[in-house]
Amino acid sequence: MKKAAARLYTFLMFLFLYAPILVLIVFSFNDTETASRTVWSGFSLKWYQKLFEDRLILEALRNTLIIAVAAAAASTVLGTMAAIGINSMKRLPKRVMMNITNFPMVNPEIVTGVSMMLLFVFAVGLFGGRSLGMASITAAHITFCLPYVILQVLPKLRQMDESLFEAAQDLGCPPAKAFFKVVLPEIMPGVVTGMIMAFTLSIDDFVISYFTSGTTQTLPIYIYSMTRKRVSPEINALSTVLFAAVMALLIVVNVRTAKARGQAKEERR
Amino acid sequence: MKTNSKLLSAPYTVWMTLFIILPMLLVAWFAFTDRSGAFTLDNILSVGQYSNVFLRSIWLGAVATAVSLILGYPMAYIIAKLPAKRQSVMVMLVMLPMWMNFLLRTYAWMTLLEDNGLINAALAALGLPRAHMINTAGAVVLGMVYNYIPYMILPLYSVLTKIDPSVIEAAQDLGANDKKVFLKVVVPMSMPGVISGITMVFVPAVSTFIISKMLGGGGNLLIGDLIDMQFLGSAYNPNLGSAISLVLMVIILICMGIMNQFDEDGSSQEGGLML
Amino acid sequence: MKKLSLFLTLALFFVLAAPAAYAQDAPDRGVTLNVYNWGEYIANGTDGSMDVNAEFTRRTGIRVNYTTFDSNESLYSKLAGGGADYDVIFPSEYMVSRLINEGRLAELDFANIPNFQYVDPQFRDPNYDPGNRYSVPYTWGVVGIFYNTDYIEEVTSWQSLWDSQYAGKILMFDNPRDSFAIAQFMLGQDVNTTDPADWRAAADLLKGQKPLVQAYVMDQIFDKMENGEAWIAPYYAGDAAILVDNSDNIAFAVPEEGTNFFVDCACIPITASHKREAEEYINFLCDPEISGANMDYVGYSTPETAAREYLSPEVVESPLHYPSEETLSRTQAFVNLPEDAAKLVDQLWAEVKMGGPGESAVLAAIILGFLAVYVAIIAYKRRKRRRELR
Repeated sequence: MKKAAARLYTFLMFLFLYAPILVLIVFSFNDTETASRTVWSGFSLKWYQKLFEDRLILEALRNTLIIAVAAAAASTVLGTMAAIGINSMKRLPKRVMMNITNFPMVNPEIVTGVSMMLLFVFAVGLFGGRSLGMASITAAHITFCLPYVILQVLPKLRQMDESLFEAAQDLGCPPAKAFFKVVLPEIMPGVVTGMIMAFTLSIDDFVISYFTSGTTQTLPIYIYSMTRKRVSPEINALSTVLFAAVMALLIVVNVRTAKARGQAKEERR
Repeated sequence: MKTNSKLLSAPYTVWMTLFIILPMLLVAWFAFTDRSGAFTLDNILSVGQYSNVFLRSIWLGAVATAVSLILGYPMAYIIAKLPAKRQSVMVMLVMLPMWMNFLLRTYAWMTLLEDNGLINAALAALGLPRAHMINTAGAVVLGMVYNYIPYMILPLYSVLTKIDPSVIEAAQDLGANDKKVFLKVVVPMSMPGVISGITMVFVPAVSTFIISKMLGGGGNLLIGDLIDMQFLGSAYNPNLGSAISLVLMVIILICMGIMNQFDEDGSSQEGGLML
Repeated sequence: MKKLSLFLTLALFFVLAAPAAYAQDAPDRGVTLNVYNWGEYIANGTDGSMDVNAEFTRRTGIRVNYTTFDSNESLYSKLAGGGADYDVIFPSEYMVSRLINEGRLAELDFANIPNFQYVDPQFRDPNYDPGNRYSVPYTWGVVGIFYNTDYIEEVTSWQSLWDSQYAGKILMFDNPRDSFAIAQFMLGQDVNTTDPADWRAAADLLKGQKPLVQAYVMDQIFDKMENGEAWIAPYYAGDAAILVDNSDNIAFAVPEEGTNFFVDCACIPITASHKREAEEYINFLCDPEISGANMDYVGYSTPETAAREYLSPEVVESPLHYPSEETLSRTQAFVNLPEDAAKLVDQLWAEVKMGGPGESAVLAAIILGFLAVYVAIIAYKRRKRRRELR
C-alpha cells in the first residue's frame, strides 16, 4: 500500500514537473508560420533546420556552456574548501561567515547584477581594460553559486565522523591523502548535489549575466532579447536537443552502472 | 584537520569580500544617495508608497513556499528511501526541468493554463467545466512553486538521507507507531533541511519578476517587477531600486531570524542565517 | 563513465567552437565590431535569407560581434553602467534623443556614409535628432490595433480598447510610454507633454481601463491573439503583420485619433573604439539591396524607397507596412522626457499596475510587525530557559 502510494505520488510530481517540458518539446515540431506556441499546425522539422543554420544562437550556446562548466567547477572546488574551513571555525566567526555567505541568496538578482556590474566596471577601468566579458560573467556566476555549494557540503561535513579522519592520519596517511581517501567520499553526495545546483543556476541565469556580460552573449540573454518580436520555436528546438542530450547521458550512465553491478554480482558467484 | 584547514577558506574569504561585501556596500550607498551623490533619505521614504506590492509579494511568496514545502517533503522522503544508486538519478531528474530556459517553461505554462489552453481543452473534452486559471494570483503561485520546488526537494532530501536509521529503530522499539516516529523524530531532525529549503524558495519567490508578468497578466505587480522597473523603466533610477532592495532585504532577514528560532537544538545555526 | 562524458563534452565543444566557414573575399582587417541590436532584427541567413553580418564581413573583412537586447531601457542600462564597448547601437527614437541629451552619442561623419542619400527625405532631420547629426534610420513603423474579426466588427478608434463588451479580452502594452500614449491620444494630448496634470489624467484613464484588461503583455500578444484567448490588442505594425498574413480572422487598423510613429536608428556611442568601421557598417546597412533583404526577413518597414524594389509587392502595397500619407500625418513620435516627467511616468505606471499607491505607514507596520514577532519569540524562549534552569 505504502509503495503504491509512493509510486503514485512520484508519478504525479513528475507529471507536474515535466508537463510544460512536454509541451515545449511538442511545439518545437510545430509547422507554424507565425511561430505560434499555442496553435498546432502540423509536424515539421523546420525549426531544427533553422536552429542549425543560426550562427548566433550556437555561439550563445557555446558561451553559456563554457561559463556554466567553469562556474560549476570553480564554485564546487572553492565552496568545498570554504565549507571545510568554515566547519572548523569557532562559533562566532562561523556565524559571521555564514551570514555573509547567504547574502547573494537573500538579494534580488537584479540588485546583485547591477552592483556587480558597477564593481566590475570600476575594476576594469582600474586595470585599463575596455569591456566586460566572459571572465566577468564567470566571476559573477561563481559568486552566486558558492552559497548553494557551501549549503550542500556543510551539513554533510557536520554529519561526518571526525575520528575517521584522525584515524587515517594515525595509520600513517599524510593529511592531504587522508582528505581525498576518507573525507571526500563521505561528503561526495553533498559535493555532487552542490555541483549540479551550481550548473543549473548558471545555465539559466539571465539577470546577473545580462548586466555583467559586456559584449558577450549568453543563451538566456539571447532568448530574452527575442521577446519584443517573438521568441521563435527555434529555442524550443534547442531546449529539446539539450534535453535529449542530457537524457541520453543519464540513460548511458544508468545502463553502465547496472552492467557494472551485474558483473560484480556475477563475479561474486 | 583544525589548524591548516581554516586556511582553506581563505580564498573564499577574499572572494567573498570582493564580490559580495563590496557590491552590498554599493547597494547601500545607492539607497542612501540621490543621482548627484548627495546623502538623502528620500529613496527609503518613497519606498512606502509601494507597501501593497510588498504585502502581495510576501503573501504570495509565503504561500508558494508553504506549498513547495508540503509538496516537496514527501517527494524528498520518497527519494531518500530509494537505493543509493537510484537516488542520484532521481535527483538529476528533479533538477532537469530547470535546465530548460526559464522563459520557455513559463510560456509552456501559459499554453497549459490559458482559457483556450491545453488543460481547459482536456477538461472540455471530458465534459467538465472550464477553469479560469491564467492571469490570477493562483497562476503566479503555481509558477513560483514550479520553478523553485527542486530547491526545496534537494536540501530536504540531503538531510533526510542522513537521518540515522538506528534512531528510528530505537523510537519504534520504544513503541512509537509510524505517525509518531515521523512527527516526533523525523521532522525535528530534518529541520535544518526545512529551513535551508524555505530560504532557497522564499527569497527568489518574493523577488521574481517574469512569472508575474506572464502568468499574472502584469497586473499583479511584485517586488521583483518593481525593482526591475527602476533599472529598466523610463527613468533609470538605481537609487530607488537599491532602496527597495534594502527594505526587502531587511524584511527577509527578520523573517529568517524568526524561522531560525524554530530550530531548537541550533544545529542549523551553523548552516542558516544569522539572528 | 567519466571518460565517456568527458569525451562527449569535448566533442560538443569542438562542434560548437568550429567557426562558421564562409568565403572571405576581403582580407581580414583585424577589427571586430561590437554591434548591439534588437533580437531577431537582422537577416541572419536562416529561412533562405541573406546573412547580413556575414556579407558585411565578406565585403569588408571586418568581423562582427553581434549581440542583442530586448528593450531600449536594457540598452540604456548597459550604456549608463559602462563596461560594454559597443560600436553600433540601435536605439528607438526617444532613446536617441535621450542619449543625445546626455552626450552619449558620437557625431556621425556622413562623408563615410554615402548611402545615406537613399534615406527618404521625411526621415531626415527628425524631431528627436535635430540636424540629423547622430543617427541614421534603420526601420520604422506605426502602432495600431489588431483585432479578431470573429468577435469584433470594426475598429476605428482607441476607444475600442475601453469597450466593456470585450472585457477580459483586451491586451495592453507592458511598457509605460506605449500604454500612456494610447491614453494620451484619446485625450488629445501631446505624447511628449511635460505637464504633470496631463500625465495624471492619462493615468486615471488607464486605471479605469484596468478591470477590463486581460493582461499587460509584450510578445505574448501573438500567442494570445492567435488562439483566440484575446480579441483586441495594440502592437507594432511590422511585428504583428505576420499575424494578419497568417490568420483569416485577424485585422489591423490605425485609429483615427492618431498613433505613435517609431523609428529605430543606428547610432555610434561616444565610447566606441572603431568609429570609422562602425560608419562603414551603417553605410552597408543603408545600401538599398541590403536594406531590402534585411526588411524582407525582419518584417518592418524600410526608410528607403529604393529598397522597396527588393521587397515583395504585397508588402510594399500593404497599408500595414507602408501606411498612407494621410495616416502618417496623424502620428507622433516620442521624444525623451525630462527627468522629473520620466520619474512621474514611472511612478504613475507602477500605480496603474499595482492598483493605487500604498501607504508608508503600512510598510512600516509590516516591518515592525515582523520585528515584534521575532522579539516576542526570543523573549519567550529566554523565559522558558530561565524557568527550566530553576
